[in-house]
Amino acid sequence: MLSRMRRMYQGAESFRELGLLGFIVLVSAGIQLRNPMFLTAGNINTLLVHASILSILVVGMLMVLLTRGIDLSIGSTIALSGMVCAMTVAANPGVPPILSLLQGIMIGLIIGTIIGLLVSRFNVLPIIASLGMMNIVRGLTYVVSGGRWVSAYQMPRPFLQIATGRILGVNHLIIIAVVIYLIAYYFLTYTRTGRQIYAVGSNPDAAEISGIPKKRVICLVYMIMGALAGLAGVLWVARFASAQGNTAMGYELNVIAAVVLGGVSLTGGSGKLSGVILGALLFGMLSNALPLIDVSPFWQQAIQGVVILTAVWINVVVKRRNEQQALLRREI
Amino acid sequence: MPEHMIQLDKPRDWKSFFLQWEWLLVLIFILIHVMNSFLSPYYLNVNTFIRTPQTFLDKAFIVFPMTFIIILGSIDVSVGSTVALSSVIMAVSYNAGMPMGLAMVLCLAVSSLCGLFNGFLLARYHELSSAIVTISTMTIYRGFAYVILEDQAAGGFPGWFESFGWGSVGPVPVMSIAFIVCAGIFGMLLHRTTFGRCLYGMGHNHKACLYSGINIKKIKMIVSMLTGLMAGVTAIFLTSRMGSTRPNVATGYELEVIAMVVLGGVSTAGGKGKMIGPILAVFIVGYLSYGLGLINVSAQVLLIIIGGLLIASVLISNIRFSRKEQKKSSPALFGVEADEKT
Amino acid sequence: MRKVCVTVLAAVVIAAVLAPAMVFSAGAREEVGERHAYIFKNTGNPFGERLMDGFAEAVEEHGHQAILRAPDQPTAEGQIQIIEQLIAQNVDSIGISANDYDALSPVLRNAMNAEIAVVPSDSNVNPESRHVFVNQADPEQIGRTLIQGAYDMIGGAGQIAILSATSTATNQNLWIEWMQEELKDSRYDDVELVRIAYGDDLRDKSVAETEALLRSYPDLECIIAPTTVGIAAASLVVTDNDLIGDVHITGLGLPSEMAEYITNGACPFMYLWNPIDLGYLSGYTSMAVASGEITGAVGDTFDAGRLGSFEVVEAMDGGTEVLLGEPFMFDAENIDDWKEVY
Repeated sequence: MLSRMRRMYQGAESFRELGLLGFIVLVSAGIQLRNPMFLTAGNINTLLVHASILSILVVGMLMVLLTRGIDLSIGSTIALSGMVCAMTVAANPGVPPILSLLQGIMIGLIIGTIIGLLVSRFNVLPIIASLGMMNIVRGLTYVVSGGRWVSAYQMPRPFLQIATGRILGVNHLIIIAVVIYLIAYYFLTYTRTGRQIYAVGSNPDAAEISGIPKKRVICLVYMIMGALAGLAGVLWVARFASAQGNTAMGYELNVIAAVVLGGVSLTGGSGKLSGVILGALLFGMLSNALPLIDVSPFWQQAIQGVVILTAVWINVVVKRRNEQQALLRREI
Repeated sequence: MPEHMIQLDKPRDWKSFFLQWEWLLVLIFILIHVMNSFLSPYYLNVNTFIRTPQTFLDKAFIVFPMTFIIILGSIDVSVGSTVALSSVIMAVSYNAGMPMGLAMVLCLAVSSLCGLFNGFLLARYHELSSAIVTISTMTIYRGFAYVILEDQAAGGFPGWFESFGWGSVGPVPVMSIAFIVCAGIFGMLLHRTTFGRCLYGMGHNHKACLYSGINIKKIKMIVSMLTGLMAGVTAIFLTSRMGSTRPNVATGYELEVIAMVVLGGVSTAGGKGKMIGPILAVFIVGYLSYGLGLINVSAQVLLIIIGGLLIASVLISNIRFSRKEQKKSSPALFGVEADEKT
Repeated sequence: MRKVCVTVLAAVVIAAVLAPAMVFSAGAREEVGERHAYIFKNTGNPFGERLMDGFAEAVEEHGHQAILRAPDQPTAEGQIQIIEQLIAQNVDSIGISANDYDALSPVLRNAMNAEIAVVPSDSNVNPESRHVFVNQADPEQIGRTLIQGAYDMIGGAGQIAILSATSTATNQNLWIEWMQEELKDSRYDDVELVRIAYGDDLRDKSVAETEALLRSYPDLECIIAPTTVGIAAASLVVTDNDLIGDVHITGLGLPSEMAEYITNGACPFMYLWNPIDLGYLSGYTSMAVASGEITGAVGDTFDAGRLGSFEVVEAMDGGTEVLLGEPFMFDAENIDDWKEVY
């Protein structure tokens, strides 16, 4: 009996991802009909490159949302880490790319740690801590850059290669994203700390009583988020070959929307990496495809909003039906 | 008077009365005035106190219903877009020949509808978090504003319309009067009515309210609609101040408003806070940025100062309440909705 | 322990409020002659920074004080607040690169009533709310020159596309109108404008829009991007996809941003005016209007330091303007001289 219920529950869970996948297939089919250029190898590559930075960030945001938190500061973190790293390579063209990446990660880690400490040690609500840090970090970016941008000609070739280079024909960005996914999958599924993140999210009190270091886990997720945002900052700057003060302004909302599209609830505890990947993919697809099918630029934002709302709505309806059916069967 | 119901930090004696968060706000408020008048020779004059508020009061109208929403443990980030959409519709319908008075009513109607739609989604699908619902409607409302007006600006309003944002009755600006009236209404609503007590109740313990027969859905819808309505009021004042409107007006208002409410001591965990706090916060943030603007502090430094102020002020209140807080389960961000089963 | 923490944090808040006082009080209160202010669209924009450098240079040549401001986001609302603060400081002139043609009108008219010279440059406001506009280049000339440039690049026939900033950007829309006007000439019968895309001046969106253009129109030969972020993003995509020589990019952009792509051939040439000169001329115009040397009427002439003498002429929108001159062409020959400058 119990095992049957569990099987059904798992069925419902994977059904959600399947639903999202179906939605993606449906949307792509529709777009393909409008523009046959959509499903070509070249465009799929473009699409994946485009979605890769977003999909790195959603991994971090997934963990933050799992613990019932939120992080609004990542857009600013991307800007600061990108700006500082770009200024460093502009001043010392000899810096190897790997050091730039580490530098970006360190900057993000510091910001993430501050937010993590505020949230876990001082009980500041995540939305407030990250909102405050968002302002502070954005302000710092302007102060550090002195209003200047770092332009393509100031960036040495190896630095730009971080994002434009290829291994076996596959763009570095895609490879980095895949590696991060693999690590995150292992971390969330098979390590003790990974499971503790779920535990803290689904029932903080129970987690604490059962001896899980709740504060440490919460602090950790913000540190991971910060580090990933710092990494994304370097990738962003290398990809677009320019660092400016208002880089990625408001990008945090895209990330959150993609994660929620992937079926992660903002109330913590539930959400899977596979869903989040699909969410990021769908989001990347929309921004790639809407210009392709010649939608009036004035309609794009409205359509994006409607698609997100529809996906979320379908998600809820499907979940409700599944729960109802599960209940019915149990009564029999 | 159901004062005994749920009041977390009810004053017990004069000492705890003066230790309340709101008094710290008053202190900061006074400090800012002292500082500003030292900083700038242009600060200390009658105009500062009479005319200056209209430079920051436009978004302050949303602060009232946002206080309600945050007391409920919920959040609404679509208000900026609601302002844009209703303002655009008002301008377009006026340009299409509708009398201005009617266009203003339409503006309020549209914004209320936007709010109502949020409320409907939240009440009907209670497992959806308010953050995601309003993030999506934020994109949709702003998107519609772009669809309607495309790359145009719309304006050319009749002369009397400008007096909403710029005019004054005697020496007092129209906007300040409207603000005081709204403050009175919303203050009464929160602190002197059953409706207000229900808000605290729902924010504090959602389930208990449900089981005690409070119509939770109805209250959610009313609060969301009020938010929309006040966004419409903001739209009218903002449009009047600018004399024309575009689809991208009021970008980022939602975060400013939320920051003010939280600075005002309203806990995002729900169930805690008073109306006077956010009102003080409006003036603190407004006068702080006005004063720093008078000595031409750059925007980036201002960003840092306001961010720091937000975090530091919440830190203080958290440490003060930390004992009580620990007894409660850890404050979920928007977690109140999760426990609900209707 | 808790009390200590609260005291420390309260001290931090007070310090956060008072810190600017310590830092800025030194220079704030001493009066130095005339004060001329310039407000750019938003902070952290290198074009704006150089423009303000030029403005400050002109104003300081005469021993006056320059006040340079910018809101943190490119909105009319932010600029209105800054203008109010400047009026309260009773500055002598306000130069501005406006975020909206009409929305600043009420507040700028207030400034003019307070006998402050209003001299917009770079991005205009309507004639009722300005004394004289400092125009960087004739929009008609920009639009026509860009189409002629594209015509030369594609050898007289082929598909072209435009990648603009936001759909609401006043300058860009005006230039695009003139481009379309120029395309009506029978000389361009074989040139097809396939689409106007909007990258919103965001890197990621501009890149995505360019990629979509290249996919949807495989025969596309030229992209005109009259905005720095857009032209750099389009050139980047062309470079990354090894399309240099097949797809040409031109438009308006900062030399520093474009140096890489002009050198590698993605963009054979592009145009821009010198922001330092533009700021310098705005500074002199502001001072001339403020001192009463000119009133902003057609036919007034004044001396603009190292740039020589200028005359006020009639503007297209019915107001008056001062024209800086022809846009400057950047190509592989001269780009190295300019990339360090701005």
